[in-house]
Amino acid sequence: MRQGTTVYLYELAWILPSVAIPVGMLVALLVTAFGAGVHLPGREGRVDPTRVSETAPFDRPGVVELAPGRYEARIVAEVWAFTPNEIRVPAGSTVTFVVTSKDVVHGFLIHGANVNVMVLPGQVARATGRFNKPGEYPFLCHEYCGIAHHTMWGRVIVEASR
Amino acid sequence: MNDNRLTAAYVTVALVALFGGVVTGLLQAIEHAGLIFPPLTPVIQSYYHSLSLHGVLNVLVFTTFFICGFLQFIMARALGIPLASPRLAWFTFWLMAGGLILAAIPLVGNAATVLFTFYPPMKAHWAFYVGLTLVVVGTWLVTLNLTLTYRAWRARNPQTRTPLAAFMSLVTFVMWTIASLGIAAEMLFMLIPWSLGLISGTDALLARVLFWFTGHPIVYFWLLPAYVSWYTLVPRQAGGKLFSDPLARTSFILFLILSIPIGIHHQFTDPGIEEGWKLLHAFLTFAVFFPSLLTFFNVVASLESGARARGGKGWVAWFGKLPWGDPSLAAQVLAMLLFTFGGVGGLINASFNLNLVVHNTAWIPGHLHLTVGTAVTLSFMGITYWLVPYLAGRPLWSRRLGLTQVWLWFGGMIIFSNALHRLGLMGMPRRTMIGASAYLQPEWKAALPLVGIGGTILFVSGMLYFLNLVLTLAASRGPAPAVPEFAEALSGPEHAPAILDRWRPWLALTFVLILIAYGPTLVRLAATTPFNAPGLRVW
Ligand code: HEM
Ligand SMILES: [Cu+2]
Repeated sequence: MRQGTTVYLYELAWILPSVAIPVGMLVALLVTAFGAGVHLPGREGRVDPTRVSETAPFDRPGVVELAPGRYEARIVAEVWAFTPNEIRVPAGSTVTFVVTSKDVVHGFLIHGANVNVMVLPGQVARATGRFNKPGEYPFLCHEYCGIAHHTMWGRVIVEASR
Repeated sequence: MNDNRLTAAYVTVALVALFGGVVTGLLQAIEHAGLIFPPLTPVIQSYYHSLSLHGVLNVLVFTTFFICGFLQFIMARALGIPLASPRLAWFTFWLMAGGLILAAIPLVGNAATVLFTFYPPMKAHWAFYVGLTLVVVGTWLVTLNLTLTYRAWRARNPQTRTPLAAFMSLVTFVMWTIASLGIAAEMLFMLIPWSLGLISGTDALLARVLFWFTGHPIVYFWLLPAYVSWYTLVPRQAGGKLFSDPLARTSFILFLILSIPIGIHHQFTDPGIEEGWKLLHAFLTFAVFFPSLLTFFNVVASLESGARARGGKGWVAWFGKLPWGDPSLAAQVLAMLLFTFGGVGGLINASFNLNLVVHNTAWIPGHLHLTVGTAVTLSFMGITYWLVPYLAGRPLWSRRLGLTQVWLWFGGMIIFSNALHRLGLMGMPRRTMIGASAYLQPEWKAALPLVGIGGTILFVSGMLYFLNLVLTLAASRGPAPAVPEFAEALSGPEHAPAILDRWRPWLALTFVLILIAYGPTLVRLAATTPFNAPGLRVW
């Protein structure tokens, strides 16, 4: 029995931290995520994948300025290209990417701008990034989309402020 | 005896698949290192053909067949009775083997180069979907046979606690059977009729939700059999006892309840699912970290009891006193060691905001080679170091070779996986023929050769492993080793409350959580999805 009790104490001694560690991490996570205003993609509406070129805003892909320093980039993904594949904005801009696919599943990743979203046919994907430093930011398709998947990319060119 | 032949059949299929998985892995690793992807037409027609073979062979075929062979063996042994229906068991094996062949024909023939996740609207040959579905149906029949066996034992032992290893085996298959309903629905209602031309369109989002309903818990289906070995055999192999039987049962019950309602954490970056549901799945993902920590504690304490019994001292120095000369034990302890890093990485993946950095980058294959590629694979290799000699009736050809192989896997994996993790943090995408990409970044170039070097070491390790097993079958002489006995426990089953041996309350809780976590999203998608995406062959 004595041995049983010691084991029992050890069991308790581990159960408590096993609860505390995940809970602590979860709290830290929530604070950092919501404190920094990080948002994941949500429901932004559907689009018929066979009629993308006739559906607004994808009938006119490109960048529009919504307000000073705030842009929206409408991008169409299809095998194996983004349209447009080059976007120019001034440094300090916030750009919301609105992307959909005409065919299979693609991805949209901009390293260094915290933009990472799946591009599904039938769904409008939306992700926002900030571009402070001038330079070239490649955007890559990061979901396998066929034999030339590795050639599918484009870039955001951030120009020194006007 | 019949059960042994059944296990041998499953393990043979599993290891043939692993062989193919290791060879294709080498090709991918050296491609990343900057060598041109070898023109292997007509056998392997492209990088993506290789990657499809690699994923399917390793994580769908090797794992599933090994687990079916191993846990049916463990179940019968732990209960001390044969499987309830040997005829059902063999029928199941042939059904699964038939399904495998059906799926393999288009896969090998480059007509199913859709990777192991087969996201539509990319469209494979129908035989690929039908074949995989038959394999899944086979696993349900394994669950049925295990359940019948358990019932037969229970009828004769109404008061006893279920032996731990049998309980764990059954939990694994019951969890998997519930989890696989997602993929079954995707196959039966979407992919199979669509690939046969019975319906014209499909939908990417609904397919992904159904896929990941199964796709996350499948990692527990791979992992729990390794835990069965870590909890019930390894303590004995280490010369010690299992620390706590009740805690072990508790952790498995928690895995049953919590494995499934967290699949949307694979879809944090998907459009079309509300952020609130993503948050709920993130919460529950952190909850499943609890039984993982319980397992960590219990298994480490058991190893420690073995090492101390062998004269080990100190806070950490006891670790050196484990029987490191036994390749079966060395493999599994090293697998655990790398798994702790995999566990930490997994938490990062599951984190809401950090996921945005790593999702679909090379970080992910870096992570999954630590988990399924090592914690699971190296443990299964360790198990075969006693299982194959036992089934073959002769000793392992060389323990030294076995130990070399195990340490090479460990070292190679550290190099390989570390490089991939770093490349992921530098924004390199996964599932990409990176050497041929148009956007290869200068900063990636320093780490990419390490993928090739680590991958080559892993390949050599894999070949030594197969060499040892082949020589065991062909050239080894002597008496067969015994099967490791199940470990006794310091705190045994007599301390386990009866509720830990019941099924209904836990199953009820499982279904309730699934309904909460998935119900609204699935109902909404089923009701509103237009199924208007035509299929495409894009390779
Ligand atoms: C010689 C050993 C191995 C090597 C060199 C190797 C190499 C690789 C490489 C380089 C990739 C990344 C490909 C990419 O993202 O473009 C990969 C992916 C993968 N590997 Fe391995 N691997 C090995 C063994 C294994 C094992 C044993 C497993 C599991 C049992 C495994 C499971 C996977 C999975 C699931 C993927 C992801 C496939 C996908 O993205 O569709 N690998 N492997
Ligand atoms: Cu793409």
